[in-house]
Amino acid sequence: MPIAGRDFRELRLEDLNRSFGTLNALKSVSLSIKRGEFIALLGPSGCGKSTALNCLAGLLTLTGGSIWLDQTRIDRLKPEERGFGMVFQNYALFPHMTVRRNIGFGLAMQGKPKEEIARKVEEALAIVRLNQQGDKLPGQLSGGQQQRVAIARAIVIEPPLVLMDEPLSNLDAKLRLEMRAEIRRIHDLIGSATIYVTHDQEEALSMADRIVVMRDGTVRQVGTPPELYARPAHADVAEFMGYRNLLPARVLEGSGADGIHVSVGGAVLKGVAIEQCPADQAIVAVRPDDLRPASDGPVAAIVESAQYHGRDFYCSGRASDGTELYFCSQQPLRKGEKVLLAADPTRVLIYAGASS
Amino acid sequence: MTHTADRLARAPQESAQDRTPWRVRLALHDIDGVTLLVVPAVLFVLGLFAYPFLYGLVLSFKPRAGDFLANYRKFFSDPFLYDTIYATLRLALPATIINVLISIPVALRVRKMHRRRLLTTILVIPITLGTVLIAEGLLNYLGPQGWLNRTLMLFGVISTPLRLVHNYTGVMLSLILSGFPFTFLLTLSYITGIDASLEQAAATLGAGARARFRHIVLPLLVQGLAVNFCLSFVQTFSVFPSAVLLGAPAGDTRVISIAAYQAAYEQYDASMASAIAMIMGFVQLAVVLLALAGRSLFYRGAAGGGKG
Repeated sequence: MPIAGRDFRELRLEDLNRSFGTLNALKSVSLSIKRGEFIALLGPSGCGKSTALNCLAGLLTLTGGSIWLDQTRIDRLKPEERGFGMVFQNYALFPHMTVRRNIGFGLAMQGKPKEEIARKVEEALAIVRLNQQGDKLPGQLSGGQQQRVAIARAIVIEPPLVLMDEPLSNLDAKLRLEMRAEIRRIHDLIGSATIYVTHDQEEALSMADRIVVMRDGTVRQVGTPPELYARPAHADVAEFMGYRNLLPARVLEGSGADGIHVSVGGAVLKGVAIEQCPADQAIVAVRPDDLRPASDGPVAAIVESAQYHGRDFYCSGRASDGTELYFCSQQPLRKGEKVLLAADPTRVLIYAGASS
Repeated sequence: MTHTADRLARAPQESAQDRTPWRVRLALHDIDGVTLLVVPAVLFVLGLFAYPFLYGLVLSFKPRAGDFLANYRKFFSDPFLYDTIYATLRLALPATIINVLISIPVALRVRKMHRRRLLTTILVIPITLGTVLIAEGLLNYLGPQGWLNRTLMLFGVISTPLRLVHNYTGVMLSLILSGFPFTFLLTLSYITGIDASLEQAAATLGAGARARFRHIVLPLLVQGLAVNFCLSFVQTFSVFPSAVLLGAPAGDTRVISIAAYQAAYEQYDASMASAIAMIMGFVQLAVVLLALAGRSLFYRGAAGGGKG
C-alpha cells in the first residue's frame, strides 16, 4: 500500500485563543479544512501564524477554543498523541541518526514491525527522490536534501495533516522555486491536508488551494489565491498582496453603477468599492503593474526612478500634489520625465480609510 | 645610478618570490599579535604544573633507600598503602556517578524554568562556600548531637543516634554536596546546547517523554556527560579536607591523598610522597581514558538540527 494520509473529512478550528501574558497571539481564530486541501497561513512576522501552527501540533496549549478532527476533540492531546506530521523551519533532523533512521523514527515509535518500517522508508525516500542518500547523516546533506528528509519523515507516518513552518526560508532562491513545486507534488501524491506557514505571498499564491491571511493574531481573509490577488477584503490585506499604491482619497459625488469616482493625487480615478467607506476617508489600492503610462491617462506624474525588471520597468514618481506613486512601464523612462498614468477601473480597489 | 636600476629590475622578481610576507603566513595559521596573550598562561602552566610534575616524577625515582623503583615497590606491597587506591575509588566513583545522574533530571527541569537564574544561583552557592564550610555544617547537622538525630529521636523514629559522620557516609554526603553544583552547571550547559526543536519533532512523530529522552536527548548528551564525568571525577578523586574532617582518616576513608600527606609531612619522605602523587595521577588518568574511550562508541557530532 503506498503512503497516503490518514482519512478524515474535516479539521475544524473553533475560536482559538492563545495569549502570552498580556499579549494575545491568537484572537478567536476559526477555520475549517477538508482532506486534500493545501492551506497557506500567510502574514507578516508576529501575526500569529506560527503560534497557530504550534497550537495545532500540540507544542503550545490553547488558552481558549477547541480543535476537532471530525467528531474527535484533539486540542487536549499531547503532540505525540495527535499523529500530525510537522516540518520545522530548521528541519530539526536528528543529527545522530542516519537519513533512514530519521525517516523511520515515527514508524518505530508506533511499534511497527521492522520489515514494514524498511519498506515504507524506501517508499518515502523514493517520493522525495533521495534513495542514494539513505545511509548518510543529516550533517552530510545539503540544505535542500535535509529539507526533503524532513518532509519524508513527516509524511511517512501517513498523517491526516502535515504542518509546515516556513520550510523554505533557509534555502537559496533557486532551490526555493524547485521545492515549491516539489512540496505541492508530494501533497497531491499522498492526499492529506497540508497547512503551510509562510510570510512570502508569492509562495502562498503559487502553492495553496486556499490562503488564510493573518494579522495581529486574527484572520483577516480566507480565500483562493485568485480571490486574494484580485479582491483583497481589507486595505491591510491588499498591502500584503502587493498593492503598493495605497493612497488616501476622497469619494466624489455622482458615482454611478459602473463604479465610483475618487479624487486621488490631484486627479480623478474610477474604481470598485470593496468596503463601504465615508466620503472623505477612503483608501485607493492599485498594483504597480496595473498603473501604466497612457496618452489619455488621468494621473499626471513626474518620474523619480526606474528599475529594469526584465519585461517592465518598475518606476516610482510623484503626482502633481506630491503623492508618491509606483507604476510599471514597458518603455524606458528617464528621471524627471512627465508621464500620464491610467488604470483599469476594475483593478482600482477602494477601501475604508483607517479611522485612527 | 646602476644601483637603482638594478633594484628596479629586481623588484618585481623579489615581490614574486616573497608574495606572502611572514605576517600574512602566520595569520593564515591563526597566529597574530593577539596570540601573545597566551604567553602568561603558558608560563603559568609550565611553572606551576609541568615543572613541579616533572620534578616530582624524577624525585619519586630517588628513594631514601633502595633502587629507583623502591618507592613504588613499597607502595604496592603494603596493603596500608595500596588499599588507599580502593578507598579513594570507592568514594570518588559513586559520588561522581551519582552527581552526574542526578544532574540530568534537574537540568532537564531547570532548562524549562522561567526563573532559571535564581535557581542556578541557589544551586551554585555551595561552590562558593568551599569544602571546609560544608564539612563543618554537616558535622553540626548530622552529628550525634545534630538536629537531624535529635529530631528523629524526639519523634521516636530512632532510639540511638544514626552514625552519619566520621565514616564513609559523611564523606560521601559532603562529596555529593560540594561536587553537585559543578556537575549540574556542566550538564545544564550541555542540555541547553541540544536544539529544543529536535524534541518537538520527536514528539510530533509520536515519541512520549520517555522515548524522547532515550532516543534523542541521551544520545546527544553522552559526549557531554563523559567529559562532565571526567572533570567531576578528577575533582572528587583528590578529596582531602572532607575525608579528614568528616571521615575516618585512619580507617574507612583513608584516601590516597592522606597517604601522600602522611608520607610528606609525617615521615618527611618527599620522594615517597611524590611516588604516591604519581600513582594518584596515573589512576585518575586511567579512569579518564576509560571514560573517554567509552564515549567514542557514540555519536560525536553537533547537537543541532539543521544547517542553522
